[in-house]
Amino acid sequence: MNFSEVFKLSSLLCKFSPDGKYLASCVQYRLVVRDANTLQILQLYTCLDQIQHLEWSADSLFILCALYKRGLVQVWSLEQPEWHCKIDEGSAGLVASSWSPDGRHILNTTEFHLRITVWSLCTKSVSYIKYPKACQQGITFTRDGRYLALAERRDCRDYVSIFVCSDWQLLRHFDTDTQDLAGIEWAPNGCVLAVWDSCLEYKVLLYSLDGRLLSAFCAYEWSLGIKSVAWSPSSQFLAIGSYDGKVRILNHVTWKMITEFEHPATVNNPKIVVYKEAEKSPPLGHLAFPPPRAATGPLTSSESKYEIASMPVSLQTLKPATDRANPRIGVGALAFSPDNYFLATRNDSVPNAVWIWDIRKLRLLAVLEQLCTVRAFQWGPQQPRLAICTGGSKVYLWSPAGCVSVQVPGEGDFQVLSLCWHPSGDSLALLSKDHFCLCFLEMEKGVRMAFGQRGDCT
Amino acid sequence: MGDWMTVTDPESKTLPQYTSETKMSPSSLYSQQVLCSSIPLSKNVHSYFSAFCTEENIEQSISYLDQEQLESSRREMIGLQERDRQLQCKNRNLHQLLKNEKDEVQKLQNIIASRATQYNHDMKRKEREYNKLKERLHQLVMNKKDKKIAMEVLNYVGRADGKRGSWRTGKTEARNEDEMYKILLNDYEYRQKQILMENAELKKVLQQMKKEMISLLSPQKQKPRERADDSTGTVISDVEEDAGELSRESIWDLSCETVREQLTNSIRKQWRILKSHVEKLDNQVSKVHLEGFNDEDVISRQDHEQETEKLELEIQQCKEMIKTQQQLLQQQLATACDDDTTSLLRDCYLLEEKERLKEEWSLFKEQKKNFEKERRSFTEAAIRLGLERKAFEEERASWLKQQFLNMTTFDHQNSENVKLFSAFSGSSDRDTPTLHSRSRQKKPHGVPSGSPVCTSKLTKSLPASPSTSDFCQTRSCASEHSSSINVLNITPEETKPNQVGRECTNQKWSMSSRPGSQEGCYSGCSLAYTSSHVEKDDLP
Repeated sequence: MNFSEVFKLSSLLCKFSPDGKYLASCVQYRLVVRDANTLQILQLYTCLDQIQHLEWSADSLFILCALYKRGLVQVWSLEQPEWHCKIDEGSAGLVASSWSPDGRHILNTTEFHLRITVWSLCTKSVSYIKYPKACQQGITFTRDGRYLALAERRDCRDYVSIFVCSDWQLLRHFDTDTQDLAGIEWAPNGCVLAVWDSCLEYKVLLYSLDGRLLSAFCAYEWSLGIKSVAWSPSSQFLAIGSYDGKVRILNHVTWKMITEFEHPATVNNPKIVVYKEAEKSPPLGHLAFPPPRAATGPLTSSESKYEIASMPVSLQTLKPATDRANPRIGVGALAFSPDNYFLATRNDSVPNAVWIWDIRKLRLLAVLEQLCTVRAFQWGPQQPRLAICTGGSKVYLWSPAGCVSVQVPGEGDFQVLSLCWHPSGDSLALLSKDHFCLCFLEMEKGVRMAFGQRGDCT
Repeated sequence: MGDWMTVTDPESKTLPQYTSETKMSPSSLYSQQVLCSSIPLSKNVHSYFSAFCTEENIEQSISYLDQEQLESSRREMIGLQERDRQLQCKNRNLHQLLKNEKDEVQKLQNIIASRATQYNHDMKRKEREYNKLKERLHQLVMNKKDKKIAMEVLNYVGRADGKRGSWRTGKTEARNEDEMYKILLNDYEYRQKQILMENAELKKVLQQMKKEMISLLSPQKQKPRERADDSTGTVISDVEEDAGELSRESIWDLSCETVREQLTNSIRKQWRILKSHVEKLDNQVSKVHLEGFNDEDVISRQDHEQETEKLELEIQQCKEMIKTQQQLLQQQLATACDDDTTSLLRDCYLLEEKERLKEEWSLFKEQKKNFEKERRSFTEAAIRLGLERKAFEEERASWLKQQFLNMTTFDHQNSENVKLFSAFSGSSDRDTPTLHSRSRQKKPHGVPSGSPVCTSKLTKSLPASPSTSDFCQTRSCASEHSSSINVLNITPEETKPNQVGRECTNQKWSMSSRPGSQEGCYSGCSLAYTSSHVEKDDLP
């Protein structure tokens, strides 16, 4: 594994271009575009204010920089550096901004979610969409970029509108039987739309592209409901993580639950491999500082490795405050691997662990317990490799062959808060509060440098 | 209790009559039963009777006993009633508790429901307010003209797909609808294809299974023909059915309701037949076990169990051994504090072992070599020994010859030996007396000391010599010779035996047909035979 130099970054804004050639990063009000392999600076753009959001267009030709405080969106072109475009929402304000899939329209959500303005870069036309819903995930595009589904709320009722992206015509508009719609998401095949309710009610509705209700799923009543939802890449499964600490998998044929995955604090099945991160003994002469608290603060810059724990294994649990809203319980993060074989989950009441499930056999495969709370994990785009970061100075990688814990080199104070894969899966961008660096994974066949054998891995 | 008094009516004197007492009211049936149950005690009572009951006071004793039984049964009844009352109380309490709990749960659910509605209602109210606010704000925003909401762009960019934008018309709407439906239909068709493929595969598998099941059952068709005619019947019919099915399936090509049903039904049938067959086999096996015929082939259950127990014990022991060994190994490996040293140690151990093995191997090789050498030397020694022996024999023979020669030269005047020589060469017997006389004269001087010794030695030695037929003969003739020699020495008058001996020797000698020196040796009747090895290796 090779690590690049460390570069400056602000607001965790660092993204690879969809074609994999470039890497865009923000430093305060400057936008820096680098080559993805050599990290040489190719372009440098200056915006009017601090950038809050950064997004590449789908064809990698344009970059959108949103300045929420000023209500401005600035668009830059890679082909023509002198080209510029500025969209001013003025007093309407700006809370969210994103590209349309064709890379020629920008959707701005004004303050208070008053409306969504669709600005076109090709023509002078502007479209307005009224009553967008202010929820977790109210806008979703199909993978092929043809259709847009938008959650709306009118007269205390939830609706979903489906637009054709080519001419922004309204295709379908229907109401949903939800109390308070929390999110919508297209299936990867673009034919089914999943709609789910807020956490006060467990309800998932599945609509066909033409607006027909295909099925409704409700696991239980009264207790807190859905926390996270994920489609499998083949559209065969819909995984629903809920506040009761379970993941329920629905199948696309009958839209009924085929299995439940539990996340108990004790693992007792010998077939499951539990990797526990353990600190390697520090070198001699190292001063013994008072050890930092486990949940907060990063580790000292000592090496760590994975050890296989023997059954039964009990994981660290966190007792949530029951009288507060948004308690730290339930399955808060879900992700399928790109080949459809694995599902990675995190149960927020066991915050240090990542659970990896085998979807072919529908059972738990491995549990990785870190020394700190898991902040983020992401599957690589091509191969089933999971990258995990906990806010410490290490990045962790899991693959079916094994897992590895890698220390980011440097002064030792690089705290990985987030990560981002390159579209080819060959490299990984690690983001900290003020810096970022790139980690290159050698991809020669037969060289297992990155993934040691099961057992002691460094 | 008044009924009890009627029981003790003097009318009914014997115990059995109590049971048939008609005066008893239905309410006292229970007490009657109690009484009946105490009747089996009558036997004991009888013995008791004998103790304190006599002919006179039968009635009295009977009444007395009745009273006792009454009391005890009364007491029992009271106790049981108490218990019953207590249990009923408990039951009631529990029911009450359950009811309370259920009520609580219901109440809580109602509370939750009401709270939810309240909450929803409030939320809706708040939302309406909020919407009003939004409208207001929207108006304000729209009114403010100074802050322009606009987009400024250097130049407009071309569309991503290079085409020109189109107007929104009804046609485009229709087109959009069409496209949407096309997408949906494509997806459905794709899924349907997948499902059809899966179905076809599964059907194939089922067909195969069915065929295999049929083939499994058909070789046994001959045996169970007597037992289960219906099963064979169904098999045959199934086969016929299958033929029909197959042809039908190939024609219609799947997904027909009746075809599917037929397939599943036939498989179920086959499976049932197979199951019953297997059960029959199981029964047979168990019967064999029970009946225990063919003791040689079938081990008795006890032996079998004993064996299995023994084997299990063995397995247990082996497992424990393995565990302990593993532990020891792990301990050894675990004592290493670092990965490197453990691997090094492991290597060291291996190296040590290798070295040791090498040493042992080299030792072994050396030993082998030594053994080989020794063997060779032994064989050489044996060969040498043999050669030496030969040489020795030759020497002896030559020495003897010499002796003989000496003797003969010594007895030159004594023409006996010469005569003997001539005798060897086939001379007549005429000369012999003269020879003898000469020898008689000479010999006592020459070799008296030696002769008896020699001869004795001869006699002794000769039998010990290894023999062939020739040797035997020579020996015998030599011994005869010796005897003749003795005769020569001691009894000079005895010519005949000498003659005989000589003749013998002549005969013998001619038979043996020995060359040169040997003849000389023997002809000399060598008194100087010292060696036991008369035979010489140069005998043919």
